This record gives sequence, C-alpha cells and structure tokens, in this order.
Amino acid sequence: MKHFFTLLSHEIRMLLVSPSTYVAAVLFLVCMGFVFTNILQYYSSAPQEISPALVFFNLFWGPVLIMVPMLTMKCLAEERRLGTIETLLTTPVTTTEVVLGKYAAAYLLYITLWGSTAGFFVILKKYSGDVRFVDPGPLLGGYLFIAISGLFFVAIGIFASSLSRNQAIAGVLCFTMLLTLIFGLPWLAGFGALNREALQPVRQAVDYAQILAHRDDFTRGVIDSRQLLFYLSGTTLALIFSILGVEAKLLHS
Amino acid sequence: MPDTPAIEVSHLVKAYAGVTAVNDISFRVARGEILGFLGPNGAGKSTTMRILTGYLPATSGSVSICGVSVASRPDEVKRQIGYMPENNPLPEDMRVSEYLYFRGRLKEIKRRMLGPRIDEVLELCDLKRVRHKIIGQLSKGYRQRVGIAESVLAEPPVIIMDEPTIGLDPHQILIVRDLISSLRGRMTVIISSHILPEIEMTCDRVLIINQGRVVAQGTPADLRREVLGHSTYQVEVAGDIAALPVLLAALDPTLQISHQGDPDAEGFRRLTLSTENDAELGEPLLRTLAAQPFRLRALSRTNPTLEDVFLAATRRSWDVVATPKRPAK
Repeated sequence: MKHFFTLLSHEIRMLLVSPSTYVAAVLFLVCMGFVFTNILQYYSSAPQEISPALVFFNLFWGPVLIMVPMLTMKCLAEERRLGTIETLLTTPVTTTEVVLGKYAAAYLLYITLWGSTAGFFVILKKYSGDVRFVDPGPLLGGYLFIAISGLFFVAIGIFASSLSRNQAIAGVLCFTMLLTLIFGLPWLAGFGALNREALQPVRQAVDYAQILAHRDDFTRGVIDSRQLLFYLSGTTLALIFSILGVEAKLLHS
Repeated sequence: MPDTPAIEVSHLVKAYAGVTAVNDISFRVARGEILGFLGPNGAGKSTTMRILTGYLPATSGSVSICGVSVASRPDEVKRQIGYMPENNPLPEDMRVSEYLYFRGRLKEIKRRMLGPRIDEVLELCDLKRVRHKIIGQLSKGYRQRVGIAESVLAEPPVIIMDEPTIGLDPHQILIVRDLISSLRGRMTVIISSHILPEIEMTCDRVLIINQGRVVAQGTPADLRREVLGHSTYQVEVAGDIAALPVLLAALDPTLQISHQGDPDAEGFRRLTLSTENDAELGEPLLRTLAAQPFRLRALSRTNPTLEDVFLAATRRSWDVVATPKRPAK
C-alpha cells in the first residue's frame, strides 16, 4: 500500500484541476437545490407529518443514478483507452493500489458533493428560525446512509469502468446495475412466486438487500449492523471484481 | 551479481487464443549492451517487450532481468526497468514536470532526490523549455522525448523502449540517438525500431525476429556476413568483357559477374560482381581491370545495409515458416 497515497493525491489533484469537476458540482447543486425548494414550497402550502429532511433523502436515488456513473465511468476505462494503464502497471505499483486509489478519489468527490447539500439545511435553519424543520436525527441518519451506501455504489461504478474501455458503455453498465440494485430488487420482492417453500433462501436474500428499506431505517435512526455488513461486503466484493476485471483484461489483451 | 546477464530469455512462448505471437525465443543481453530489436509488423516485438516488463504473462519459458525471474518476483523486476510502450501513452491533462514528479514518486525515488533528478532528465532530453506545458498540447517530438525522459528517470539498470524514434524528424532522431548512446555502458537498453539505419548506428547487437521466431542475431557486421553471405563490388568498365570471367576466377574462385548493364555512349558498362570471399578484393581488382584491354572508370565495394540483411532474413524465414503444407492425398 506504499503507493496508495501517491495515486490518491494524484487522482484528487487531477479532479481539482479539471473544469469538468466544477461544472458537475455546480449542476449537481442546482438540481438538488431545485428539488429542495420544491419540497419547501410543498411544506409551506400545507402542514406535513414528516420532516423535510426525510423527503429530501427519499429522493436519494435520483442523484445516485446520475452522479455515480458520471463520476466513475472515466476511472479505469480512460486509462485503458489511452494505454496509460500499461505505463502505470509497469512501475512497482500493484493493480490493487491502482483500483483503490481511483475508488477512494471517486468516493471522496461523491461525499463532498453530497456534503455540500448540507448547506441547504443551514440556510433553512437560519432563515426559518424554526428548529422543527431541521430535525438533527433524520438529518444525521440520512447523511450516514448516503456515506455508507455511497461506498457500495461507487464501487459498482468502478467495477463497471473496469469492464470496458469505452466510457459510455461503462456509464450505461453502471446505471443499469444501480437501477437493478435499487429498484429491481423491490420489484423482485413483490413476486408471488418467491413465497414458495423451496425459494425461501432467495426470498430472504432479496428481503435483506432492500436499499430503500435501509434508507428508511437509517433516517429513522435505526442503524442495523446487518445493513452495514451488506454495504461493506458489497463494496469489498465489487472492488475485488474490479481488480480481477483489470487483470483479466491484461491476460486477454 | 555483476556477472549475471542483464536480460535472459529462454524458450519464451506466448500464445493468444489460437495465435502464437512468440514462438520459442531465446536470447541474452549483457550488462551495458544496447540491443536492437527488429522485425516486421506483427512479428512479436511488442509482445516480447511486454513480457520482459512483466505486464503480460508468458505462456511458457522463462525471463529474468538482472538474475530476477519476471514471473515469480514481478515487483522486484519492475524496480529494475524503465519501460516506454508502443505509441508512448501519456496523460493528456498534466504538465510535463508534474507528470515526471508523479512517475518519480511511483518509481520510489526519494522526494529529496526527485527535484534535482527531474531537472537532470529534462536537461538530458532537451525538455527545459516545455517543462510547464500541458502534455496534451505538445508536438509529437516533445511527447516522445517526455516518454524517454520518463523511462530513464529512475536510472534503472534496464531500459526497454518500443519504437522510441517513431514520428520524429531527423534532427530529433539525432538527439534521441545521442541520448541512447550516452546510456551505453551504464544501462542495458533494448529498443525496437523500423528505422534500420537508426538501429545500425546505436546498437551493439541486433536481433531480428519474424513470425515469433528469432531469425538472425549478432552485430550488424556479423549479420551481413551470415545472412547475405557475400560481398559485392560495383565497377564501371569499358572493353571486351567476354574475357573477364576467366580473369576474375583467377583472382578468386567464387568471384563472378552477377549483373551486367548495357554499354553507354562511351562504351562503359556497369557490372556488379559478387563473391563469397569476405576479404578485400579492391586492390587486385583494380590492378586487373586497369590493365589492357580494359578501361576502368569506377570501382566500389557496396556495403549491404541492415535493410538488405533485414529483408533477406525475414524473407528467408517466410520461406521456412510460411510454406503452405500440402494436404495429403
């Protein structure tokens, strides 16, 4: 892991000097700001049962489905297309270090973008003067959920990027995998056929991997170690597959 | 271990799905030697080089760099080599000095030493003027030199460059050639190239491969003798040449006229003489031909270029390897 920090600081530096990072960040904030104002308008027209933070995090899948593919599709696909992966891997650097360096940089950017939306709540608190709007419980739970599920989502993006040398294909692949994970599994859970005795283990697995349900738990303040394990093991698996993906491509290049 | 060869390759085979790119290659390179790697497109040059760097695994055979096996200890080998791949891939959006700094850190050069070392290689490759430019905006010649600077950056004992002079103008080729020559004795260098005079001028030894096999190896002079097996002389002479073959045979039994031109207005014709004898026959020829009844206008010994050797060697191997097998009836 000697070179991990060299690679990470290189990646962060490249993100910081690239104008596309800033454009993406601004557009992300514009979209999220738009969503947030809409929520507030809705709240001002009629009193609601739940806190606005909950509604905000209910819509987490929008930015995830769009931002994660955009942030990660370039990582390994671009290196392979330019051929710089060859110069990179002929230095005393292991594939693991390369993949982890890219992953950590993408994850930091993802977290920074989400973290900047915390500003909305600060502004809301300052101008509404009403603490009820900014309930710290759901807010913390929500951001914790974003940070932990982000680990897995970004790892999926890195995996997709390791499979193709074409950025567009990597992006679409990542989008599809995330869509399946977030909405495909709840849809599968609604299948009557899964209620049969023989399919009981499948049923359990599907119930366990309900990301939307995890979100509800987190924002309610319930932090379940099984859910943490789900994201951490998913992340590890996706990263191992990315490393294998890069190496398999070398064997058959 | 100064007596172990810098590079030792034995019975190397690399097969891709259905295609054998490298077929039983063996060679060794002594320390401080510059080896030229020649071969037509698709001969297996780049594949061999990639295996040497540990980037690709070999199908069978063994490769060791400075006595360290590439297959079992790739990390150690990667510290011993500087590698410049084909087409010299570089990141587009970094500055030259930033790129060298990043590469230097990856190659485990101490932070303290890295600054002076970068200045040194920038000077060596004549890149001082562009050190703050973005690589994507550099011309081909500069990019190529950035690649070379990067490969010598960590002062590795072995440098492997895949076509370092491709796309350079003659002036830049000269700079690169001097640069490579300046490494002679200190570092072992393998370069592949299509530009044959290049190889001839810089390399101590040449290895010609075709269809994944070594078809010839040795110093350029050895190769000429071995592959072409004859020397040729060009003469321009007037007079009755019917008597010439007898006279020539008297000088050297294998000396004969291999080609004769038509006489020009003054009666001179251009003859090509060839002999299997390697010794210098210029003086006796001159004496014979200057005597009556001939008039001699020009005599020269033609030096076969590496190009001739290359063409002869690869053609010979085509004949051996690519002869279609007749199906048994």
